[in-house]
Amino acid sequence: MKYVLCRIVHGALLLAGVSLLTFGFSALAPGDFYSEMRVDPSISPEAVETLRHKAGFDRPLPVRYAAWASAALHGDFGYSLAYAAPVGPLVRERLGATLLLAASATIAAWVLALPLGIWYATRRGWQDALAHTAMALLLIVPDLLLAIVLLLLAVETGWFPAGGMASLDAGSLGAWRRAADVLRHLILPASALVIGMLPVLVRHVRAAVMEVMDAPFALSARAQGIPPRRLLWRHLLAAAANPLVALFGLSLGTLLSASLLVEVVMGWPGLGPLLVDAIMARDVPIVLAVVMLSAAFLIAGNLAADLLLYRLDPRIRVRQ
Amino acid sequence: MTRRQTWAVAACLTAMHLAAFRADWLAPYGYADQHREFPYAPPTPIHWAGIRPFVYGLAPEDDGYRVDATRRYPVQFLSRGRLFGAAEPGVIFLLGTDGDGRDVFSRVLYGARVSLAAGLLAALLSLGIGCMLGTVAGFFGGWVDQLLMRGSELFMALPWLYLLLAVRAFLPLHIGSLQAFFLVVAIIGGVGWVRPARLIRGVVLSQRERPFVLAARGFGAGPAYLIRRHILPFTWGITLTQATVLIPQYILAEVTLSFLGLGVAEPVPSWGNMLSEARQYHVLTGHPWLLAPGIAAVPALLGYLLLAEALSSRKFKNMTN
Repeated sequence: MKYVLCRIVHGALLLAGVSLLTFGFSALAPGDFYSEMRVDPSISPEAVETLRHKAGFDRPLPVRYAAWASAALHGDFGYSLAYAAPVGPLVRERLGATLLLAASATIAAWVLALPLGIWYATRRGWQDALAHTAMALLLIVPDLLLAIVLLLLAVETGWFPAGGMASLDAGSLGAWRRAADVLRHLILPASALVIGMLPVLVRHVRAAVMEVMDAPFALSARAQGIPPRRLLWRHLLAAAANPLVALFGLSLGTLLSASLLVEVVMGWPGLGPLLVDAIMARDVPIVLAVVMLSAAFLIAGNLAADLLLYRLDPRIRVRQ
Repeated sequence: MTRRQTWAVAACLTAMHLAAFRADWLAPYGYADQHREFPYAPPTPIHWAGIRPFVYGLAPEDDGYRVDATRRYPVQFLSRGRLFGAAEPGVIFLLGTDGDGRDVFSRVLYGARVSLAAGLLAALLSLGIGCMLGTVAGFFGGWVDQLLMRGSELFMALPWLYLLLAVRAFLPLHIGSLQAFFLVVAIIGGVGWVRPARLIRGVVLSQRERPFVLAARGFGAGPAYLIRRHILPFTWGITLTQATVLIPQYILAEVTLSFLGLGVAEPVPSWGNMLSEARQYHVLTGHPWLLAPGIAAVPALLGYLLLAEALSSRKFKNMTN
């Protein structure tokens, strides 16, 4: 119990640290949304100053941070000047799209990686060499190129919709048809992410399984005549789970980064395009909100992996 | 991999970097040379008359281009300060042209200069910072160590690309190409020091308790001498391995930033900002050669991957012996 509390407090402190750092850094930025406005001759300098004052830009930094942080805790990330809308609902909608993409890609990647990795761990000779080459090839293709090529393929064949998250007439469809429509749009970006993640996952699954396969307990279990299927599920995978769960936490960061790129290329309306557009428009509240959300997502994922490990692996509980 | 294969990979990588460095000599055209009459021209096929290569003339038509077999232009070598080029007024586009009629082959070479150099310099910066901080933290321990470890956790709490963009977001957007290049290098290098620093700290931490270090300390050696003489030499292995891991990652980071329009800007080519033209798929479907900069990155990444594998397996062998 103490361990769980400790991890949660650690995650919260980390998030607070990140917020302090990003907010402080944003204050150092040369120019803000209003500096673009100041160049515009149709707006008087006094008007710009009034707007700045109304938005609270002329208050001291700690006061601004405190106001921003307490509002952010309630899910209110301020007001987007470029979109002329509150940031909260805007970001929430985008977060949903990113989570949908990330979650389905993660599930698909693990569902594929586990059997592939186990198969790969038991191969020797040419099959091993072939799998090794295939994984290396997948590993070196940049996510960016992969996404563009997949998009090109979709356009050429017409099998999948080229980008976006919903068809134009989605509003008139029923709930089921709309879900199917989203699913059809999901396939392409999700498979770009899966192909990007697969080689890393398969390699780690293989390493983890091979390590426990050679362990003395596996040998003795085999000697006692435990059937291979039961040996695999009951003994080997349970022992191999530890590094894999840790990998799950670590791979979330890579997944989010890859997802940002894929979203931008394929026009998936997630956090990625929102962040890039906000940077271009110097829309600080949105940038802060998206960065904080991505940090929160990663920290929460790592926390979940930690707690899962604690639950799964008795060795960690004993070590304390 | 055998030792000889490792050296072959290293030689290929060096050749690739040298080719990028001498892009101004290898490329038949400058990176900003526009052939306004030839937008989206397809790759020029090379024909042979005996051993002499030549190209046919290219005539723009309503929908695409027609090869004009009545006009022949020999390929000239070592003329006008470049390795090769077609005799005037013929044109030679080995990988076609982009929307402004700029030679994609030349731009891939010039773009390699930007992207590969950005990867190298950023890795150098990252490893420099990482080596310094990691050594200091590992050697002195105490609050310095605590500060570094907690600080690095903050950096690792953000996904890598979000971290890059978060830093990029608060820096000037509209700046010159050269400044943009150094800004991108500084961002990538300055953000990526965390992992090497933590790894080097680990090595230093175990190294500083070795008997000969303790003995030297007993003889009154100061920290500066100990670090220089007894600690740093042992961090080289991990620094080198990290370099082969970081450089490809940083090349991709530069490509990504430029692709998103947050890095090196036109007209100076980088593999990233060249690819952003391929992003419009209706352009790309008719002109697949626009993918060339993305494909050019693959052999470079493969080289570094092979090198990293060879280095880490060699390290492993040394450890078991």
